[in-house]
Amino acid sequence: MDTTPSKNAPLSETERVGPAAKEKSVFYRTSGRIATQLPPRGPEMAPLWPPKADIFMTIVFSAVVLTMPLWLQPFGAAYPDLMQRFAIFGIFAIGFNILFGLTGYLSFGHAAFLGVGSYAAVWSFKLFSLNIIPAIIMAVVIAGALAVAIGFVSLRRSGIYFSILTLAFAQMCYNLAYSVLTPITNGETGLRVLSDDPRIIDAIFGTNEVPVPRAELFGISMQGMPGFWTSAVFLIAAFVVALLITRSPFGMMLRGIKSNQVRMSYVGFNTRPYTLMAFVISGMYAGLAGGLLAVVDPLAGAERMQWTASGEVVLMTILGGAGTLLGPFLGAVLIKYFENIFSALGDTTLRSMLEFIPEGLRDTAIAIISPFVGDGWHLTLGVLFMLVVIFMPGGLIEGFRRIGRLFTGGGRKKENG
Amino acid sequence: MAVENAVLTVADVQKSFGGLRALSEIDLQIERGKTHAIIGPNGAGKSTLLNVCVGRIPPDEGAVVFKGQVITGKKPHEINQMGIARVFQTPEIFADLTVLQNVMVPAYAKRDGAVKFTLFHGMDKDTDIRLEAEQILMDLGLADKRHDDADSMSRGDKRRLELAMCLVQHPDLLLLDEPTAGMSRLDTNRTIDLLKSIKERGMTKVIIEHDMHVVFSLADKVSVLAQGRIIAEGTPDEVRANPKVQEAYLGGAH
Ligand SMILES: Nc1ncnc2c1ncn2[C@@H]1O[C@H](COP(=O)(O)OP(=O)(O)OP(=O)(O)O)[C@@H](O)[C@H]1O
Ligand SMILES: [Mg+2]
Repeated sequence: MDTTPSKNAPLSETERVGPAAKEKSVFYRTSGRIATQLPPRGPEMAPLWPPKADIFMTIVFSAVVLTMPLWLQPFGAAYPDLMQRFAIFGIFAIGFNILFGLTGYLSFGHAAFLGVGSYAAVWSFKLFSLNIIPAIIMAVVIAGALAVAIGFVSLRRSGIYFSILTLAFAQMCYNLAYSVLTPITNGETGLRVLSDDPRIIDAIFGTNEVPVPRAELFGISMQGMPGFWTSAVFLIAAFVVALLITRSPFGMMLRGIKSNQVRMSYVGFNTRPYTLMAFVISGMYAGLAGGLLAVVDPLAGAERMQWTASGEVVLMTILGGAGTLLGPFLGAVLIKYFENIFSALGDTTLRSMLEFIPEGLRDTAIAIISPFVGDGWHLTLGVLFMLVVIFMPGGLIEGFRRIGRLFTGGGRKKENG
Repeated sequence: MAVENAVLTVADVQKSFGGLRALSEIDLQIERGKTHAIIGPNGAGKSTLLNVCVGRIPPDEGAVVFKGQVITGKKPHEINQMGIARVFQTPEIFADLTVLQNVMVPAYAKRDGAVKFTLFHGMDKDTDIRLEAEQILMDLGLADKRHDDADSMSRGDKRRLELAMCLVQHPDLLLLDEPTAGMSRLDTNRTIDLLKSIKERGMTKVIIEHDMHVVFSLADKVSVLAQGRIIAEGTPDEVRANPKVQEAYLGGAH
């Protein structure tokens, strides 16, 4: 997680390329001051990122994800329905971060891709097969195609205008789903899988006669834990892809665009295709997340596309730490966890939790706390978000790093965790 | 005043901002391999002239021709890909990237063109890019800072970094907008040495400068711009002796 090269690079390679580089210098080697230094040797040619750190991070991430049923137990969150949401919204946020965290383009319309992914997956269940593979492929491809169209138009502007354009497109999708497109979306009722759907691929194999149609993977129903395991595997894959992109030249160009888009064009880059590619990739991630939502519960409704859902993924990413690899997932888990805990707290539960407070004060305490729980949990979220943005502008990951630095007393080194 | 082998020709360029005539009837020829200085008082239109050359500002009239091709109307990245690199008046670097990455980015643009998606390819495999960037940083004395955030550097270092970002592309034409502004005397002299020591065959330099010491140490030819017009042109000595120039710009200081 540290760009400072380790000191163990193979010397042989440097010695092979070193002299050639000297020939390539654009300077006359005769003038004293300039020729004093030697061409790069061992340590300088060390990898930009210690590759072992990335492998280590991937292993730790996978372990954390796959052991969720264990370590979430004490938090009362180790049940499939919630863990699925952690994984799926983690994918959504990791993808969102490829656009927002790397290029700095803040989309307020990513829920459109989430919703379209869900509809596409449900249609695949209806038309082709209850197998999740075609459903996931459909979700990703169709969300990606929509992202090409929306991105092509929206990326003509940057900053707030880009955000507004994406928001407008997403709201358009949301409203279309309720009006003109009801034949496809089934309007307010939502799109669901029925037992008499054609499912042509299943029909070929004679497996289309099922009492209760459920998404499955070669006979394994996606109800309950299998749904979580599937989402977890996709989450790990999504993380690895995001890690590779971040470390690639493409990822560096995206960060260059965020840092100074004008400079990018004067060093010879056509930046529009890069931002469009980032937009489409993050749209495909959102489509994957939407598809998985349909996998674990074969039902798609338009509310998934509403602007609040778009705003939520922005919050997740910023809360965890935009531009970091682990932050978006952390933000997704926290928000979904608190949503689950706080929104379920009713007045009676609250009252029994506050037994320890003397009778007289208890009502006052309840009066103060109750607006923050139940339906009012968004208030808690708002306060949490404000605290993070004010006191830890880099998000939680940045906060942890600062705390870590306090202990290690480390100097200013650039980290990429 | 036709020049035999001009790399860059500015032909009758005009540019107004509202009522302000920033450039009028600019004709300029930059000879291959030479260092051409453009001097003039503040607000004379020097930076505007460079902006027209790199595609940042479209001229109202006239054309810019580079290596025999008209480049007016082309996009900045297309112009760069043809071989023009520019150092800006206020350093334009990638503040969030490391110093090394700042130099690797333009090196990629030079090698791979304006668009290439290399998504799943570790940067460490591109040893050619890496070496070239390291070499330039070493030449400019920035090697020790290679892993620092570019933002953390001093203003003078940022200018040198920007120069490194241009040189790593081996451009045919290097445009420098006040490369020594805000530098100490020592740093200024180092930059002069540096610019002199560029051996690249055919690399042509256009340098905008207020510091006459820099101009007279580097320039083969000087054009004087005042109120959007070229009022004098010639060798440094000719220009220095020109009474019109002394009146408009040097103010008798020399
Ligand atoms: N984009 C713009 N819009 C409006 N006016 C501009 C623009 N760019 C430059 N100008 C004006 O054009 C004139 C010439 O500006 P320019 O920056 O080219 O001067 P300069 O010779 O580079 O001066 P300096 O030595 O201060 O850098 C100035 O009066 C400036 O205010
Ligand atoms: Mg200027």
